[in-house]
Amino acid sequence: MADFGGNELETFRAEARAWIEANFPASLKGKPNPMMREERAKPTADQEAWRKAMGEKGWGTPTWPKEYGGGGLSAAEGRVVQQELARAGAYNPIGGMGVMMFGPTLLEYGTEEQKREHIPPIVRGDLQWCQGYSEPGAGSDLASLQTRAEDKGDHFLINGQKIWTSGAQFADWCFCLVRTDTSKKHEGISFVLIDMHQPGVEVRPIKLIAGNSPFCETFFTNAVALKKNLVGPLNGGWTIGKRLLQHERQGISGGGGAGMFGMGKPLEQLAKEYVGTDEKGRIADADLRTRVVQNAIELRAFQLTAMRAMAEAKGNQNPSAATSIMKNAGTRTLQDRAELTIEIMGSQGLGWEGEGFNAEELAAVRGWLGGKATTIYGGSQEIQSNIISKRILGLPDLTQSK
Amino acid sequence: MAVLTEEQSMLKDAAKSWVQEKSPVSAFRKMRDSGVELGYDAGAWNEMAEMGWAGVIIPEEYGGSNFGYLSLGLILEELGRTLTASPLLASGLAGASALILGGTDAQKSEWLPKIAEGSVVATLAVDEGPHHNPEKVETTFKDGKISGKKTFVLEGMAASLLVVSAKGPKGIGLYLVRADDAGVKRQRLHLADSRGAANIEFSNAAAEPLEGGPELLEKVLDRARAGLAAEMLGAATQAFETTLDYLKTRVQFGQVIGSFQALQHRAAKMFTDLELSRSAVEAALTAIDNDSPDTPELVSLAKAKMGDTYHLVSNEMVQMHGGIGMTDAHDAGFYLKRARAAEAAFGNQAYHRDRYARIQGY
Repeated sequence: MADFGGNELETFRAEARAWIEANFPASLKGKPNPMMREERAKPTADQEAWRKAMGEKGWGTPTWPKEYGGGGLSAAEGRVVQQELARAGAYNPIGGMGVMMFGPTLLEYGTEEQKREHIPPIVRGDLQWCQGYSEPGAGSDLASLQTRAEDKGDHFLINGQKIWTSGAQFADWCFCLVRTDTSKKHEGISFVLIDMHQPGVEVRPIKLIAGNSPFCETFFTNAVALKKNLVGPLNGGWTIGKRLLQHERQGISGGGGAGMFGMGKPLEQLAKEYVGTDEKGRIADADLRTRVVQNAIELRAFQLTAMRAMAEAKGNQNPSAATSIMKNAGTRTLQDRAELTIEIMGSQGLGWEGEGFNAEELAAVRGWLGGKATTIYGGSQEIQSNIISKRILGLPDLTQSK
Repeated sequence: MAVLTEEQSMLKDAAKSWVQEKSPVSAFRKMRDSGVELGYDAGAWNEMAEMGWAGVIIPEEYGGSNFGYLSLGLILEELGRTLTASPLLASGLAGASALILGGTDAQKSEWLPKIAEGSVVATLAVDEGPHHNPEKVETTFKDGKISGKKTFVLEGMAASLLVVSAKGPKGIGLYLVRADDAGVKRQRLHLADSRGAANIEFSNAAAEPLEGGPELLEKVLDRARAGLAAEMLGAATQAFETTLDYLKTRVQFGQVIGSFQALQHRAAKMFTDLELSRSAVEAALTAIDNDSPDTPELVSLAKAKMGDTYHLVSNEMVQMHGGIGMTDAHDAGFYLKRARAAEAAFGNQAYHRDRYARIQGY
């Protein structure tokens, strides 16, 4: 569980602390990562400086190989960097789908040339990536996707529609599953990289129930993907695509859940504020108290499981089918927490906008609604349960998926 | 389904066809997009009033039809199916109930005919914090004046007559306050469910007492709770039916997703819960019509069970629709948002489970 790195790790910690102190602009302390906002305003000079510093150091992607610009650190050192960033009130300015999903996958499956071209801009935070997976008719049954990639010699011509492409309106590149053989299902899919800045690509944001538009529809009309941007073999994209999904699940459940649960006041504190306490100092509503403690227990067990998984992996950070367990457990606990939050706030937890509600209350409502997507995207809760049944428990598959 | 009289069957059929023709969910969407302050379509409300719906529980001598609460519940259920926003619950049920049960002859004569014709919207103002807690009242009545603050007043911006709970000489009572009184200040609330609501502050506003103490307040609240549960029953039933249609039509893995047993069992559970909820809601409304002594426990049973069911169904509606259910263009989000607002109004599930236990003596 603990890091048994001893003195060497402590030396590294001091070094990391000093570097962060020297490079992290004080004006950004405690501020959220501007990349996490849906409306991306032009970055300030300090935000740009911090991104550049972290990008050059490679510590935004601490465990990625140094030869492609990564930090080249061990998993233990990587955690030290995270801890020291948190201690300094600093966010990691290097992120997005390139870091969470595409980079690790390309490092595993890409050619040397592909890695040299695409990894360094991700490490530096220069280019953003989006995910071209789902289609209107291919959601849970992803492998039924129909977006065609036609062989035109040195390039593919791409035609079709993707949906739920997160952040496509800000993306420079799209990693995309396309059909290169219509006679087979899984074996007719290829993994290609598409430049989003070309005439054949059109992006339309989709308004969600929380009122925001984090996802888009993306239309490809005779868009071009150069052959050098085919990752893995032709018609061999399914394996790579699935591998990437494991990284996605790990990212959604936050590995250790820190990303999912780090925000906001503890539920018990909120409950005491909005519902009050009885003469013994307990949450006054006994029924609510029971459900708050149930959620606290689920959350704690989830965090302990994340820590155990990390310890058992002994530095091997490659995700496995167990990410399905973590995604289901993490998203369920988080959704319950969001439901409890608005229940605790009562009629103050029903505000949409305007006066009569504070920022925390309005954010709780939007967060509750937005969070409903977490059990749908990245493979729905039902698909994760299929994966657990099939790959971990060895039960028969009724969907004939792979 | 309760055994209905001929009148009730006719009322239900009329409501069903009006809702389908004149007030589909697209009408609610249009109202929401318009941002209208009332939180409902005034034209649609006029049509409802013309059909006599605002006077269903009001005695004939005051311009109503005296058909009773189960009858009104049937209409609210149909309106709930398409999330039709209107002051029927606040005014034609809750406000009217307060006057019927506690009004003097003069008060009834003054207000009930106008409520029945829909020209006056009345509403209850009972809560003072984020949670329903009718016993906790700081608002005071003294020398014909009322002062205090009320929260989450349904149709608070549309109402011209406010039925306000306050501490008076004989404990907590209900008082009539005109919304245009100089001592009434309203703040519109923009809620997630896009329905009309307000916080209201009273500063020495002129008030007239209704007859009856805390028991009047509970009786009026129980009527409002049962009526709201009927609306929730309609909404949850429609949310379920829409989801069931999707399970039968959406194809993945070469088959309709409803062929997967994992989804079948969840659909079966929802259907079971809806049937149980319907029994509870109809029993509560019938108990009110019969002035039965077990009305309070049946009302808490209905609001708690219905709340749990609508909560479940509204979540499953989004989950089973997948990504499309997350979009604003789909109706699932409307049912989800309305569910939480309806759950919170007049006591959520935790409140009513606790009240049920208290009434039963444990």
